[in-house]
Amino acid sequence: MRTETETMIQVKDVGKTFIGKENTVEALKGINLDIHKGEIYGIIGMSGAGKSTLVRCLNFLEKPTTGTVVVEGKDLAALSGKELRQMRMQIAMIFQHFNLLMQRTVLDNICFPLEIAGQKKRKARQRAKELLEIVGLSEKAGAYPAQLSGGQKQRVAIARALATNPKILLCDEATSALDPTTTKSILALLKDINEKYGITIIIITHEMAVVQEICTHVAIIDGGCLAETGTVEEVFTRPRTRAAKKLVFQGGTESGEIGRNLATGKRCIRIVFKENSSFEPVIGNMVLACKEPANILLADTKDIGGVAHGQMILQLPEDGAVAEKMIAYLKERKLEVEELEHYVG
Amino acid sequence: MWDNATIMMLVKETGTTLFITLTSTVFAYVLGLPMGILLVVTAKDGLRPNAAVYKILNAVVYKVLDVLVNVVRSVPFLILLMLLIPFTRLVVGKSYGPAATIVPLTIAAAPFIARLVESSLLEVDKGVIEAAQSMGAGRAAIVWKVLLAEARPSLIVGATIALGTILGYSAMAGVVGGGGLGDVAIRYGYYRYQADIMIVTVVLLVIMVQILQVIGTKLSKKLDKRITG
Repeated sequence: MRTETETMIQVKDVGKTFIGKENTVEALKGINLDIHKGEIYGIIGMSGAGKSTLVRCLNFLEKPTTGTVVVEGKDLAALSGKELRQMRMQIAMIFQHFNLLMQRTVLDNICFPLEIAGQKKRKARQRAKELLEIVGLSEKAGAYPAQLSGGQKQRVAIARALATNPKILLCDEATSALDPTTTKSILALLKDINEKYGITIIIITHEMAVVQEICTHVAIIDGGCLAETGTVEEVFTRPRTRAAKKLVFQGGTESGEIGRNLATGKRCIRIVFKENSSFEPVIGNMVLACKEPANILLADTKDIGGVAHGQMILQLPEDGAVAEKMIAYLKERKLEVEELEHYVG
Repeated sequence: MWDNATIMMLVKETGTTLFITLTSTVFAYVLGLPMGILLVVTAKDGLRPNAAVYKILNAVVYKVLDVLVNVVRSVPFLILLMLLIPFTRLVVGKSYGPAATIVPLTIAAAPFIARLVESSLLEVDKGVIEAAQSMGAGRAAIVWKVLLAEARPSLIVGATIALGTILGYSAMAGVVGGGGLGDVAIRYGYYRYQADIMIVTVVLLVIMVQILQVIGTKLSKKLDKRITG
């Protein structure tokens, strides 16, 4: 599937152990990742899985205990302090809580990385104005961060991150503090930036929805280890590991909640919508055709340009013959069907 | 008793108090500000580079400063004033008068200011510092452009507190003939039983502290961009 493009970031056997006074915490263990130019790479995991530590290893805000991080062919551990700072100008980062300078105006915030890079003030201001236009906040140039909404703050942070023309943009839970609508608009902006400027984006999140929305590739991290990597489609359609299934089925919440009170022994299937028309009532038709109801345990679908995308989990009737008929019916409708062994109970 | 001479003296000594206070504060900041910055930078989770040598060096610098600050701050000012007389003589050539008061005041206030600066700088959001690091900012840039700039309103509040405290201490300098309103209060009010003059000097001191406080608070609020509207 993956086309041979330039490797942007290569993470090899990275481990990170935090040594405290009383206990040591192994935050990361044997992480291997290859991120290519132009990808939007999602790194998803529950809180405490080590994803924030991992993203900080990519720009050496955290120095890995073991292993190497190679960015554009350069081993970060081999760089001097000054070279590392130069390198960081190529690896921008945005944060969950925006981390803007509260005592500076929006425009001066965007000038900040340019000042650090040693640019002339006038040139920096010119560039900052262009960037404000890109993120659609030109009229807020003179405002202070405290006067902005969360979404606007993140836009300023994105403009600031882009100021030095970075090749990589790291997003650490960049949408976690935002409401769903704002999240969507920020993700759209990130996608736009990725397409227009070819910036490789790495997105850390605990929300599957974010990954589904814009990522091309995804790595699932669980307990400091990589559980699964692949294209979003691969992982979403056929999650192999427990951690992946947990995230894919429940959108990040604990599994098992829904089915707990239901009778055990019933068969559950997961169906994935990819190419069906949104206007076709597939499940309704199936129920009518088989003359038995199926219980929808989970449904997470949306209409993207007239095509249904997403997934459902159905609990099939006790009658084996009817259940088989339903599966056959769904397969006929070109849906991915997967039997779930232990979903209920 | 409220003759011209007395009034002139009160005006003059008010000026002296202001001079002692402001000069001592400036000098105390010259010493205390870098100390405060050093305390923050060398602290355990400060802006240290990764190398082990720096870790040890920082730990040493931090410990030395920390102990020094605590020792100086725990010596009562009146005693420090006496202890420092030889040093004061070395610096300004004599051990009495307004200029001689400035030396012990500066030395007593510097550690206090170091702590005020330290606590102001520690208020700066760690996330913003991390953001600056992620942009490739070095330590000097982070200190100047992030720590000091972001902590500005808090630093001004601290400076107001420092000024008020130094003003209060300056009154004690009257004991060594330091001049200023404190000197007047002791000489006239205590040694000559002129309670009215003592009351006037106290009122003048209170008014000065009030004015400083109002200016400081206003300035800090005005410069704080986190407050909207």
